[in-house]
Amino acid sequence: MAAEKRVVFRSRWLPWALLAPQGAVIAVFFFWPAGQALVQSFQQSDAFGTSVEWVGLDNFRNLFDDPAYLASFWTTALFSVLVAGIGLVLSLLLALFADRVIKGSGIYRTLLIWPYAVAPAVAGVLWMFMFAPSVGILSYLLEQAGIEWNFLLNGAQAMTLIVTAAVWKQLSYNFLFFLAGLQAIPKSLVEAAAIDGAHPWRRFWSIQFPLLSPITFFLLVINVVYAFFDTFAIVDASTQGGPGKDTAILVYKVYYDGFKALDLGGSAAQSVVLMAIVVALTVIQFRFVEKRVTY
Amino acid sequence: MKLKSLALAASACTLVSALPAMAQTEIQWWHSMTAVNNEWVNDLAKQFNESQKQYKIVPTYKGSYTDSFTAAIAAFRAGQAPHILQVFEVGTATMMVSKGASVPVTQVMKDAGYKFDPAAYIPAVAGYYTAPNGQMLSFPFNSSTTVFYVNKDAFKAAGIDTATLPATWSDVAAAAAKLKAAGHKCPLTVAWQGWTQLESFSTWHNVELATRKNGLAGWDARLVANSPLHVRHIENLGNMAKQGLFVYKGRDNIPEATFVSGECAMITTSSGFYGNVKKNAKFDWAVTTLPYYADVPGAPQNTVIGGASLWVMSGKQPADYKGVAAFFDFLSNPEVQSASHKRTGYLPITVAAYELTAKSGFYKDNPGADTAVNQMIRKVTDKSRGIRLGNYVQIRRIADEEFEGVWAGKKSAKQALDAYVSRGNELLERFEKSIK
Repeated sequence: MAAEKRVVFRSRWLPWALLAPQGAVIAVFFFWPAGQALVQSFQQSDAFGTSVEWVGLDNFRNLFDDPAYLASFWTTALFSVLVAGIGLVLSLLLALFADRVIKGSGIYRTLLIWPYAVAPAVAGVLWMFMFAPSVGILSYLLEQAGIEWNFLLNGAQAMTLIVTAAVWKQLSYNFLFFLAGLQAIPKSLVEAAAIDGAHPWRRFWSIQFPLLSPITFFLLVINVVYAFFDTFAIVDASTQGGPGKDTAILVYKVYYDGFKALDLGGSAAQSVVLMAIVVALTVIQFRFVEKRVTY
Repeated sequence: MKLKSLALAASACTLVSALPAMAQTEIQWWHSMTAVNNEWVNDLAKQFNESQKQYKIVPTYKGSYTDSFTAAIAAFRAGQAPHILQVFEVGTATMMVSKGASVPVTQVMKDAGYKFDPAAYIPAVAGYYTAPNGQMLSFPFNSSTTVFYVNKDAFKAAGIDTATLPATWSDVAAAAAKLKAAGHKCPLTVAWQGWTQLESFSTWHNVELATRKNGLAGWDARLVANSPLHVRHIENLGNMAKQGLFVYKGRDNIPEATFVSGECAMITTSSGFYGNVKKNAKFDWAVTTLPYYADVPGAPQNTVIGGASLWVMSGKQPADYKGVAAFFDFLSNPEVQSASHKRTGYLPITVAAYELTAKSGFYKDNPGADTAVNQMIRKVTDKSRGIRLGNYVQIRRIADEEFEGVWAGKKSAKQALDAYVSRGNELLERFEKSIK
């Protein structure tokens, strides 16, 4: 089937020329920095780069000798599962509602897309203020409800805070794709099922959800990458990895060690590890999850 | 002919008018001062620029201390570093070991023919920025130290006498208990916990935080801050946290807002917080010395400095360095320093500037403004001169992480401090290895 759709170019150079701009962008903004990180991970240098020394695998050895680093794998796993899981379910739910709304759907959708324009650091600060132990509006409400709220010392609450901020930040993006996907499903299919007596849940589960699977799969990959790479600003602006190391996810440590503590070798080694994890996860997703996707 | 002479005259005119501008050397100065302190920095530059014609200081705000530090590193690698860079105290070790990135201040002053006497500086200030061979590496600019602030209105409301403020930790605990009994929700909080409860705590009680004179004598220093006295203090604070006498309000200077708002009645933090409280606190308050344990021999000794100093970056023209030296000479002037001290609340830095300020009657009019100076202007010991350790940004972060375990009641003080020492020492070992 795929072979029939393939476009055949007569010219030899034209396909390459058309690919070149995209290739250049990827080379400059991805392969080059990634290569630099790889090189630096085998080096140790002072901050100003006046002395550079090859240290082999020392940076990696230091990392894996550090129990705190190993612990942050679990923190990251938990964080990513929560962000991707809650983010996808919630945005799908909102998209389903938005798909049914007839009056004022424009306003409703615009409001839902809004958070995407907010920078991650701002999202972090925003939620931190709302959840701030003594002045936050949400912590005030929680206290009224009899829940003692202090994310400065309670690790689970700190995790809740950064997951909430990260999910909220990504919600619009997911919502947009789900909504577009839902609207692309032919109305006749859903209506036919309704006439056959399928209740809404059945219609969703047997018709809409399977037809949405390519989008869901795409969003799963994007959300996992987002949780792994794009969330350091949220952590930096709200919990800074605390209390203790309870919210110190891997990418935050990369950022902190590299940009705040100026340990470039150590930070580079961490980003190489992180890169390997995300490549592995993406491969797994494509090999195993994609089999269940119907295009 | 006529035309030719006209052209000549015209070109002569341009030459003459261009001359002064060409002769003036621009000196780039990157700093991290915001708000009122930004105005202060700009005024210093303006004052210096107006005092002479040869050099022009151009101050540029480059973001927070860490931001400007990273920016300067990138600029240095690209050969675009500024002449003068303001570096916070925990970046001192990094600057020292990055050989070739900076030029020692002593050198700059000597080459330009200025008299420069490190002994004129307050010992605990100069000690921080002086190499083991006695050479002063950077120019002390804005130095602060750790002090103790008290909300007097809250004390009065709880029926506590404010004629004598709490001086020891048992006084603090007693006052906190009374405040709590009177319904106060946050009797005590601490800001900059690593700096106030470990570093200053150590020098204040004349015990070592780290070996090798707290790192001043060499990079093979190791942390020893799990001594019985350290454990006793952190245990004490942990117990106060359990009883609701001490309330943890976050890392770095985040807790400061809770004092200004009146939520917390006592706080240990930087002397640089003075201006903020003076401007924003809507209650009667006082600043006093850091609490100590009265039964510890030698206490109170002196506290350690924070703040920043000015580093001269390498790779510039000799004429530029003359300009830098002239500016530093201007900044060393006791009148300039005294004015800066009164204006910002930072330490006066030199003994002469302190005496000048005292003579002007400033401390009489502003009670408490000399607290920080009195804590610093003492004869220092090898254990209290200062603290200079590598990878220190990360080590302070470890203190944050371990302390939070104690405040939450998840770790004992001993466990937390042992972990702080072993995790910190790993970083120190790595730092030592990296500079060989």
